[in-house]
Amino acid sequence: MGDMITTDKLLYQYRTNEKEVTALDEVSLNIYKGEFVVIIGHNGSGKSTFAKHLNALLLPASGDVIVKGLNTKDEDRVWEIRQTAGMVFQNPDNQIVATIVEEDVAFGPENLGIPSEEIVKRVEEALKSVDMLDFRGKAPHMLSGGQKQRIAIAGVIAMRPDCIVLDEPTAMLDPSGRKEVINTIKKLNKEENITVIHITHFMEEAVEADRVVVMEAGKIILQGTPGEVFSQVDKLKALGLDVPQVTDLAHELIKEGIDIPSDILTVDEMVKKLCQLK
Amino acid sequence: MLKDITIGQHYPTGSFLHKLDPRTKILTTFAIIAALFIGMNFLSYTILGGFIFICIYLSKIPMKFIIKGIKPLRIIIMITFLINIFMTPGNIIWGYGRLNITREGLYQGSFMAVRLIFLVMGTSLLTLTTTPIALTDGIERLLKPFKKIGVPAHELAMMMTIALRFIPTLLEETDKIMKAQIARGADFESGNIINRAKGLVPLLVPLFISAFRRADELAMAMEARCYRGGDLRTRMKQLSMSSKDFVSILIVGLLLATIISIRIMT
Repeated sequence: MGDMITTDKLLYQYRTNEKEVTALDEVSLNIYKGEFVVIIGHNGSGKSTFAKHLNALLLPASGDVIVKGLNTKDEDRVWEIRQTAGMVFQNPDNQIVATIVEEDVAFGPENLGIPSEEIVKRVEEALKSVDMLDFRGKAPHMLSGGQKQRIAIAGVIAMRPDCIVLDEPTAMLDPSGRKEVINTIKKLNKEENITVIHITHFMEEAVEADRVVVMEAGKIILQGTPGEVFSQVDKLKALGLDVPQVTDLAHELIKEGIDIPSDILTVDEMVKKLCQLK
Repeated sequence: MLKDITIGQHYPTGSFLHKLDPRTKILTTFAIIAALFIGMNFLSYTILGGFIFICIYLSKIPMKFIIKGIKPLRIIIMITFLINIFMTPGNIIWGYGRLNITREGLYQGSFMAVRLIFLVMGTSLLTLTTTPIALTDGIERLLKPFKKIGVPAHELAMMMTIALRFIPTLLEETDKIMKAQIARGADFESGNIINRAKGLVPLLVPLFISAFRRADELAMAMEARCYRGGDLRTRMKQLSMSSKDFVSILIVGLLLATIISIRIMT
């Protein structure tokens, strides 16, 4: 698998009240084509700042971010980079531009200067891929949070990106809206082979990722498959992060001397392993 | 309560007027406004009034709806009428002390009132038959030729679109903040005007802060979607003028010419 995004010793600092804050401290990470990466961490762990570096909304103080071979510091290629790595933000209300759903999905392609017949085609495809085609003529403020967020995703898809960066897209949604969005993201990753970088603080959303990256104080402190990461229950708890409930249960059972693996992530898996016990 | 406010209300009926190109409707509305200011006698106003009523009939919008649009302006119309009646010098018909009603005043006042009513009718017909998004598109296209002399056509249209997009969002937010403040004992409804104005401060401050935050986030989201001004932009929906647009413009053009010639001849 080739590299989609590479960050090399990415450093980012900003000043508040004469105090220098290091938001990202030499973060080096490779994200491969077609991968589903979940980044978790506290508020203020630098995960959002990291996301904004991936499509040149922020530029590194030192170090490099390479998106599909393009350095984000190269000002002439900024629009190419933003088209390659689309971004979905936390608040659905603050990223929808137009008063009609399909006009909003068309906003990205319009900015790229694509001819109008092609835009019509892309808008239809994008709305279909997030399962919102029936809502094309509706006003965004009439939709639910989950639907609005799917429109925002469609707006990015219509630009035909290779990679989508989602910055806590589920943080403001209710559980059913969250499920809608997560299923949409998963589908895009599996069926359209779009690289997904999903930033969240809901551990359950990390379970089905190819890789989980844990950030704390501007550094990557842990990464691996969900099983590898979540089996380190004590380390995650020491950081004040949750683990999926089932993993936590497995951890407690192991402590009680029951012989089951520590990397159980879903209820089904737990049932299977418990039934195998004798 | 705040949900009742509607700006640029659109009333879809699918009529002939609804199907016209927004540019046609904007241009003809301006022509009618101009005609209302140029023609100032009985004949011109009969012609213009007839034309406006024909348009209302064609639009299939109920007359009640149009009258509802005039209602909020009834006080302004009354004041204009009264001021003109009493302030115009001429043949006195009736007088009491320094208050004199003149024949010219009566004439002038009636015309002013009718003019205002026709203006409101004509312009509300434009917004009632055109979706806000078509309207902004039309304005953008019409202003495009003036870009060379520094008219920011695209920027104006984009600002209007965003404003329209955020009106419901901000209304909802105002409602929410109001309820939150009422729950904490704020009083928006009693006291004199000054107290009420003071009462609005805890409503407006959070509203403004949140609006600025929204603006910041929206700008970031727009940039992330490759927005870089209007130069390289294409549009999904393209406006196209058809023969019915040209015929409509021709008719209104002739109407304006008639009004101008009546003015010159009398």
